[in-house]
Amino acid sequence: MIFQPAIIALLLASLTGALLVAGQLPFSVSVLRHWNTASGSERQLEMEKRTYLVSTLLAVVLAAELASLVLFVFNADRMSTLFVGAMCAVGTLNVNEFGFPSLYLKMAAFFAASGWLALNHLDSRGHDYPLVRVKYGALLVLCPLLLAAAGVQLAYFLGLRADVIASCCSTLFSGNTQVTSDRLATLDPAVALGVMGGAMAVVFALGRRVQATGRGGVAFAAAALLAFVAALEAVVAALSVYVYEMPHHHCPFCILKGEYGHVGYALYLPLFIAAALGLAAGICQPACRIASLTEAAPRILRRCVTASMASYALFGLVAAWLVWRSHLILMEESPINAILLNLSGGQP
Amino acid sequence: MNSWIGKQRNLLDFTLSSLSRRRGKTLGMLAVYTSIVFVLASVMLFSHAIRREAAIVLVKSPEVLVQRMVAGRHDLIPARYLDAIRGIRGVQSVEGRLWGYLFDPSAAANYTLMVPASPRIEPGKVIIGDAVARARSAEPGDLMSFRAHDGTLVQFKVDGAIGRESALVSADLFLVSETDFRRLFGIPEGLFTDLAVSVRNPREVGKIAEKIDAALPDTRIVLRDEILRTYESVFDWREGMLLVLLAGAILAFAIFSWEKASGLSAEEKREIGILKAVGWETGDVIRLKMLEGLVVSLSAFLLGYLLAYAHVFHLGAGLFEPALKGWAVMYPKYRLTPFVDELQVATLFFFTVFPYTVATVVPIWRAAIIDPDQVMR
Repeated sequence: MIFQPAIIALLLASLTGALLVAGQLPFSVSVLRHWNTASGSERQLEMEKRTYLVSTLLAVVLAAELASLVLFVFNADRMSTLFVGAMCAVGTLNVNEFGFPSLYLKMAAFFAASGWLALNHLDSRGHDYPLVRVKYGALLVLCPLLLAAAGVQLAYFLGLRADVIASCCSTLFSGNTQVTSDRLATLDPAVALGVMGGAMAVVFALGRRVQATGRGGVAFAAAALLAFVAALEAVVAALSVYVYEMPHHHCPFCILKGEYGHVGYALYLPLFIAAALGLAAGICQPACRIASLTEAAPRILRRCVTASMASYALFGLVAAWLVWRSHLILMEESPINAILLNLSGGQP
Repeated sequence: MNSWIGKQRNLLDFTLSSLSRRRGKTLGMLAVYTSIVFVLASVMLFSHAIRREAAIVLVKSPEVLVQRMVAGRHDLIPARYLDAIRGIRGVQSVEGRLWGYLFDPSAAANYTLMVPASPRIEPGKVIIGDAVARARSAEPGDLMSFRAHDGTLVQFKVDGAIGRESALVSADLFLVSETDFRRLFGIPEGLFTDLAVSVRNPREVGKIAEKIDAALPDTRIVLRDEILRTYESVFDWREGMLLVLLAGAILAFAIFSWEKASGLSAEEKREIGILKAVGWETGDVIRLKMLEGLVVSLSAFLLGYLLAYAHVFHLGAGLFEPALKGWAVMYPKYRLTPFVDELQVATLFFFTVFPYTVATVVPIWRAAIIDPDQVMR
């Protein structure tokens, strides 16, 4: 199974990335111990130069992580023809116990790496490298995460056996079994959409406040992450159902398939970007108090918040469009439906 | 926003002009990069196209095949098994198939003999595949004779040849009537090679296979999905093997790009020194160098991919055919249907651009931290 080209590519990317970051660990420790901008020693100058290498490497690794997250899901979906019982990515990820942990770890690695890059960006704006210790401390956390993601992914691909009967989305998201995703699927679509709308509204309100006052970035980050969770919940409980036009099919992965026009990517990409930018805003806020960043940090904070809000808005627009063009009516007497039906061209 | 775009545009302008100033080096890099992408893309395009052909062909094959096993070997299946299977609910139809292989000493090749259900072929006549017609230079009306199982001669008159469009599956076919088939191989009435079962509801295939297995324990049941899966795995495996063999080439390419990126000429060093002296920061120089890499990467990727596309779909993939296609005397002549797969492009991108980028990060950084006073002295 390991001889699949896409699998080789994924392993190559994640192992190289993790090892590259791991190679910077001794340097991180030496920064934590010896960094001193007041000193003009050779060691200090060397370290200052070396920081550029680490930032560039991390940027490359993050780009690879993002691309490999997409490739991982895409490949899992494609490989479903190889396993008995698998119809989409869920089936492939269920072939052994490492599938879903691997996906979650990849997502965590993506968010952690984007947080680190935000930190790095902030640090590079201050003339005295104000965040350098925090940054390299964070690298010590990021590295095990990347190594774990690479290791679990390797275990998952090594353990793929084509003779295993996988249980796929129809059994996992149907509401008859006792798993977390099931609880989501049985959630009332109106409630799920309402919660998502509410979370978005909070994100926008807090975002406006940050734009106006330059404060409340941490609250915004928390709201953005909550909205991320609410949006995923809404995808499982309602949005995917609108796409399939089948009331009992709740799979969040099938929407990525070509049969549905890969519409899932239009939903997930803005959503992930919005959450990552929201997280970055939360990192910017405490940095505003640092003397050398008083000018740069609030500017970056506002930019992150604006971009995050724009991404959430894009996600919301795509979601509304999916509901509007669907032939399925989930909530007959809901106000949303009434509004949508009144718009010309809406499908009854 | 506008100033940001303006900055990137200026940077890109500068990148392009700096690349064109070192034309020889850039073109050399581009040539090596393009050929790596070309080789890998050819392998991927070819194996994907051939896998797709297999899938298209298999769509029309029966859902379930039942073969009788005796002592672990495939044996002839008696006609009474037909009735046993017909009795299973959900089975739409079941029919006995007669097929086998015939070695033709004069062409030194194996033909696939089959008795088609439709159109019926008259006894004494034969319809041949394209490769058979070529091997024996046979035309309609010609006579072909073969030794039967008991040594007597059986003669066939060529009734027609199958066109080249379906060569992938029909090249070595030799379609005969049931009577001739039985006479040639000495198979008595009431015995078949295997049984083809079609099932009304595709979701019941598994259950029906289970029932057949329970009712006829001495049979082996082959599902169409299994064949498809096997093909998929086999081609994936072949493609993967070839890619692993080519890993040496990718590694060599990574070393080459490392070497190229770190071997800065005195002039380049001076250029970086001057840039830094006029106020560029280390980060800006890194960005410039990364952008150079990106320009080279994307051009090489596009060029290599287009060349591979032409190679596979217009020139018949001459370079890798034997490794991926396998070999046979009666090999069909066919042209692959062009097919580009998103996953394949993404994978290829990972195989080429990622190693290149990673290999050049350290040399780029080394170049960017040069102190201006060191090089301008």
